[in-house]
Amino acid sequence: MSTQVIGGTGDTGADLPASQGPVLEVRNLSVDFGVDKKWVPAAIDLNYEVKAGEVLAIVGESGSGKSASSMSLLGLLPSNSRVTGEVLLNGKSVLTMSPARLRQIRGNDVAVIFQEPMTALNPVYTVGFQIVETLRLHNEISPDEAKQRALRLLQMVELPDPDKAFRSYPHQLSGGQRQRAMIAQSLSCDPKLLIADEPTTALDVTVQAEILDLMRNLRTQLNSAIVLITHDMGVVADLADRIAVMRQGRIVETGTAEQIFRNPQHEYTRALLAAVPHLGQGDGKDDVDVTAALAAATHTDLQTVDHDELERREQNVLAQLADAEHEVASHGTPGVAPVLELIDVAIEYPKQGRVPAFRAVEGANLTVYPGQVIGLVGESGSGKTTIGRAAVGLLPVAAGSLKVVGTDVSGFRPSSKELAKVRRHVGMVFQDPSSSLNPRLPIGESIGEPMYLAGEAKGGELQKRIEALLDQVELPRAYRNRYPHELSGGQKQRVGIARALSLKPKLMVADEPTSALDVSVQAKVLELFQNLQRELGFACLFVTHDLAVVDVLADYICVMRRGRIVEQGSRDQILRSPQDPYTQRLLAAVPLPDPEKQRERRELRAKLLTVSD
Amino acid sequence: MVWYIVRRFLQLIPVFLGATLLVYFLVFSLPGDATAAICGERGCTPAVVAGLREQYNLDQPFWIQYLLYLKGVLTFDLGTNFSGRPIATIIAEVFPTTAKLAIMALVIEAVFGIVFGLIAGLRKGRIFDSSVLVLSLIVIAVPIFVLGFLMQFLIGVKLQWTNPTVSGDATITELLLPAVVLGLVSFAYVLRLTRTSIIENVNADYVRTATAKGLSRRRVVVVHVLRNSLIPVVTFLGADLGALMGGAIVTEGIFNVNGVGNTLYRAVLNGDGPMVVSIVTFLILIFCLANLLVDLLYAWLDPRIRYA
Repeated sequence: MSTQVIGGTGDTGADLPASQGPVLEVRNLSVDFGVDKKWVPAAIDLNYEVKAGEVLAIVGESGSGKSASSMSLLGLLPSNSRVTGEVLLNGKSVLTMSPARLRQIRGNDVAVIFQEPMTALNPVYTVGFQIVETLRLHNEISPDEAKQRALRLLQMVELPDPDKAFRSYPHQLSGGQRQRAMIAQSLSCDPKLLIADEPTTALDVTVQAEILDLMRNLRTQLNSAIVLITHDMGVVADLADRIAVMRQGRIVETGTAEQIFRNPQHEYTRALLAAVPHLGQGDGKDDVDVTAALAAATHTDLQTVDHDELERREQNVLAQLADAEHEVASHGTPGVAPVLELIDVAIEYPKQGRVPAFRAVEGANLTVYPGQVIGLVGESGSGKTTIGRAAVGLLPVAAGSLKVVGTDVSGFRPSSKELAKVRRHVGMVFQDPSSSLNPRLPIGESIGEPMYLAGEAKGGELQKRIEALLDQVELPRAYRNRYPHELSGGQKQRVGIARALSLKPKLMVADEPTSALDVSVQAKVLELFQNLQRELGFACLFVTHDLAVVDVLADYICVMRRGRIVEQGSRDQILRSPQDPYTQRLLAAVPLPDPEKQRERRELRAKLLTVSD
Repeated sequence: MVWYIVRRFLQLIPVFLGATLLVYFLVFSLPGDATAAICGERGCTPAVVAGLREQYNLDQPFWIQYLLYLKGVLTFDLGTNFSGRPIATIIAEVFPTTAKLAIMALVIEAVFGIVFGLIAGLRKGRIFDSSVLVLSLIVIAVPIFVLGFLMQFLIGVKLQWTNPTVSGDATITELLLPAVVLGLVSFAYVLRLTRTSIIENVNADYVRTATAKGLSRRRVVVVHVLRNSLIPVVTFLGADLGALMGGAIVTEGIFNVNGVGNTLYRAVLNGDGPMVVSIVTFLILIFCLANLLVDLLYAWLDPRIRYA
């Protein structure tokens, strides 16, 4: 019997031997999927092991086989898959077990935390029902006792009101609360091995930081072995002891976290680390020490950093800020008319039937000058996308004035001709390239449609313009006749950018254009975007939740929270001297892809939170 | 929730008014003299015709006729049909038979449709799935009267397992065969809907979660997959319940069931205006209530749907 922490254990025979052997040993594991009567490999010859209390991070981009191989450990793959090799859980082979034995292990000895808690929890049952179901399956306990344990679990994962969460359906909880509930369910039987499949990918940064804190605490409390599957190097740096880097089904490199981050051996690991944009890095010229900036702005002292050292770093940051401001001042503010101007703007989602109108943005002031890139940052529900959509005239302005290229659009009806005229100066790139391109149009037509509709070009002239645009976004001209599903995610987003550029807009609104892409693809798309912006000189409102991306692109940053702009300023002002407590918390929550620096950042964040409480 | 139900009942008022007005107008516009239907082949004396016209308000303009009819409905007096029998009595007589038949058909199509659809969905692409799909396609393609006469002949006449027609008592065993015929086409639709819905849900993330918890395949399917998959099926069944309650003219005709469908059919043939309007109004109300029932069932199945 293992030690009981909260949930209690059922006697399943896979108990921990007294010796400190690895909890999980994977030997020559291969996974293939049967596609069109052929075996396509998803994971090839994997070998790794995880000890109790240890976090192994499996890192890789989409299609690297990291998820498929981990799901195969519990036999959770679809029926068209084939798994070979050996998986030992506390010395017992999992792959050769009978289905009944495997069921005893699932949820009890090995539990899984899935990526998207909204879809991973059954929408038609309460959280309580689902946890109790797990508890009663593996333990012979009464419904009352199960309920008590479930409540204790919900308390352990720090849900504010366990009773209420117990009675809630998944859709009644926020994303972070849902993930906590999911974790509570996974921990219900004190698993010896926890598989966390992208546990924070669907969450906002501040929520992500909380979930990571929670997982770190649980690991010390429960002494479970954890396999963490992720593509996010910041998350890895925050949590992992050891790292396995996967690419195209193979583990290309393994090592301790220190080794991988300090001294990566394989070229892919190096490329992967280089592709990760990290906050403060900018476009590579001047690295901002955000931790020191935050420490200075909030007058915080850190244990992990020597006091004098920290002071030196803080002064360095502030000196650079002074330089940057001096430089801006010498340039002077441009004496030209802004392309986008919001004065005290409120934006509402109009009322629909009995659902009252919802005011998503209130009192927003923002000015974008020609050639400027403004990063609009905020978490989900902050109203950042709403501002982006209103700038293109997709949402009506409820109060205040919104000027696009000198024309006040706040009074225009949604389908008016005047608005259509203004829209010609504005291009928009959407978040999900797969769903924002018409699947039944060849991409050449998608790109050419705005020009055709605006009467800018026709026939041969139009074809020439389409080719020129394809060249600009670095896609082969021959791709014009392809359909969106034939393109990769990065290529599709290039098409989206080409379409947005087709009318030579003065203003570009980009709504999370890279959030659906892998890091290495994201890096390339961002680079392309930056080059195009410099070359064509359009102004850009770049909407994103990812501070690191804004940092790479934007001259000016605008932080939003709950429908209001809480702070705005040049990149240097925001990163080197954030004043608003929310901006500070947001910056502190972004994990750094470097274990040592992340340790400092984590301490700082903990201090900030205690102060603000 | 209570408010929601109250609102839905209030919504019945305009539906009721609109429907009766429309049906009344259609019957009013029918060509020919309504009294001719009452008098039959030999005809009546002009004095009798005038009396009949007065009795059924046929001498009044359309609006007055309609308002007089409404007044009758609101005072629970549906009047008499052209043969002089109270319409309310006739409906009370035939509706239970139709209701019995409808509920039997609904149970048959729901139970068999869901069970077969579930198995087919879980064994997608295998032999059971393919054969059930082909069979359901045949059932959908063949007209109902062909199926009806065929089954009546085979089971009722040849094998003599049941009576080929239904007597005035309309016992459950007698109604079984017509109920099967009536439910057959909807059974095919329920089966296909369930199958598609199961296939969609069986690969959902929460099903993987349920499996990862260690639940048995049976519990995963019954507790987690099925409830989520039933939502579209319930919509269809609800609409079908309303349609079935309206009586099946063809099926009731084949098996000689004395139900709403048959009665309505005869009333239309006889040009019996008051009867037609009353039955149709009654059916509309039943249909609306069936819809309300479905919407409430919906909210129970899927907690994300909340009515306020």
